[in-house]
Amino acid sequence: MAIEVRIPTILRPLTGGAKAVEGSGDTLDELLTDVDSRHAGLRGRLVDDSGLRRFVNVYLNDEDVRFLGGLGTTVKDGDTVTVLPAVAGGAR
Amino acid sequence: MRYDSILDAVGGTPLVGLPNLSPGPDVRLWAKLEDRNPTGSVKDRVALAMVRTAEKEGRLCPGSTVLEPTSGNTGISLAMICKLRGYKLVCVMPENTSPERTALLQMYGASIVYSPAAGGSNEAVRVAKQLAAANPDWVMLYQYGNEANARAHYETTGPEILHDLPGITHFVAGLGTTGTLMGTGRFLREHVPGVKIIAAEPRYGELVYGLRNMDEGFVPELYDDSVLTARYSVSSADALRRTRQLVSLEGIFAGISSGCVLHAGLALANRATEAGERADIALLVADAGWKYLSTGAYGGTLDEAESRLESELWA
Repeated sequence: MAIEVRIPTILRPLTGGAKAVEGSGDTLDELLTDVDSRHAGLRGRLVDDSGLRRFVNVYLNDEDVRFLGGLGTTVKDGDTVTVLPAVAGGAR
Repeated sequence: MRYDSILDAVGGTPLVGLPNLSPGPDVRLWAKLEDRNPTGSVKDRVALAMVRTAEKEGRLCPGSTVLEPTSGNTGISLAMICKLRGYKLVCVMPENTSPERTALLQMYGASIVYSPAAGGSNEAVRVAKQLAAANPDWVMLYQYGNEANARAHYETTGPEILHDLPGITHFVAGLGTTGTLMGTGRFLREHVPGVKIIAAEPRYGELVYGLRNMDEGFVPELYDDSVLTARYSVSSADALRRTRQLVSLEGIFAGISSGCVLHAGLALANRATEAGERADIALLVADAGWKYLSTGAYGGTLDEAESRLESELWA
């Protein structure tokens, strides 16, 4: 088993169109580095020198990683990581 | 209860127990029924506070035109208040919102400018900012960055909940402008040591995120993540399933964003139960289901309902 990473439409050119890719690692940081080794450029769209980019939201099993441990969040086989752009929400 | 006018009847909503969804006497869920506000949503608190603040600051006077990016509830609240106060209202709304919202806005005399569906409320905000620049005499209240939004919750929603539920351990609400969570969350944190403030965020279909560039996202100016304990992303499928459970198990006909909030609340309730901890979890029910009937959310199979919601802004 591996960790599933769900990719938003805008980044699918980097994954050959795939909606989800698989990777491994003990932390989100390692996972993104691992995924980037097969889908070059992906990590750079999500992370900069200061950590996760401002308008990028990453969820581990539906929970925002910023409230878990950021890039240091522990991940394990069977987890699902979802990447989404920040939007303003709906009925406001 | 007697009030001088409809505007005096904003707030003071009931907090009701959810005995059938709660795991047991030590872990209880409660719903703050914000649909019991004059125009049927939590946004009456926000709209009234923003208008009163702008009046006090001299930004609004009879005949003024108010401009607001809104996909529904805030617009409907503003439309009612502006009607009574003698202001014109222009709402910028994504074209993929339910027809009931358009009908309600038009009923109160608001004008509507539609923004493209792709990109959701981000687009509405962008179009509204353009209109504001082109019409300098219009007054944009701008709920995403207006401190009066969060303050309305700090001064009313928070104290009401604490009064009714002094043993509160968790507060869960939807995340849009972030005003509900910022205002209520700050108030509760100041008064209840260890209280957890949880955001439930709707995860829409791909169209809404569609062509969003990762560098062009939108984070409301009001948002301060230090107020939150955790933030959950809830799929349309989970939100719909929970919305139907509110109807079938508790008799509460709520909007779909409340299903989103319930989904996060149940996860917290299960966690507390497993840990053997006491919990009193307050869920904010932002509105009732009337405006979403045409989406088919309440009938047919869940799969059908989900596919109908795929491209719609349901919360």
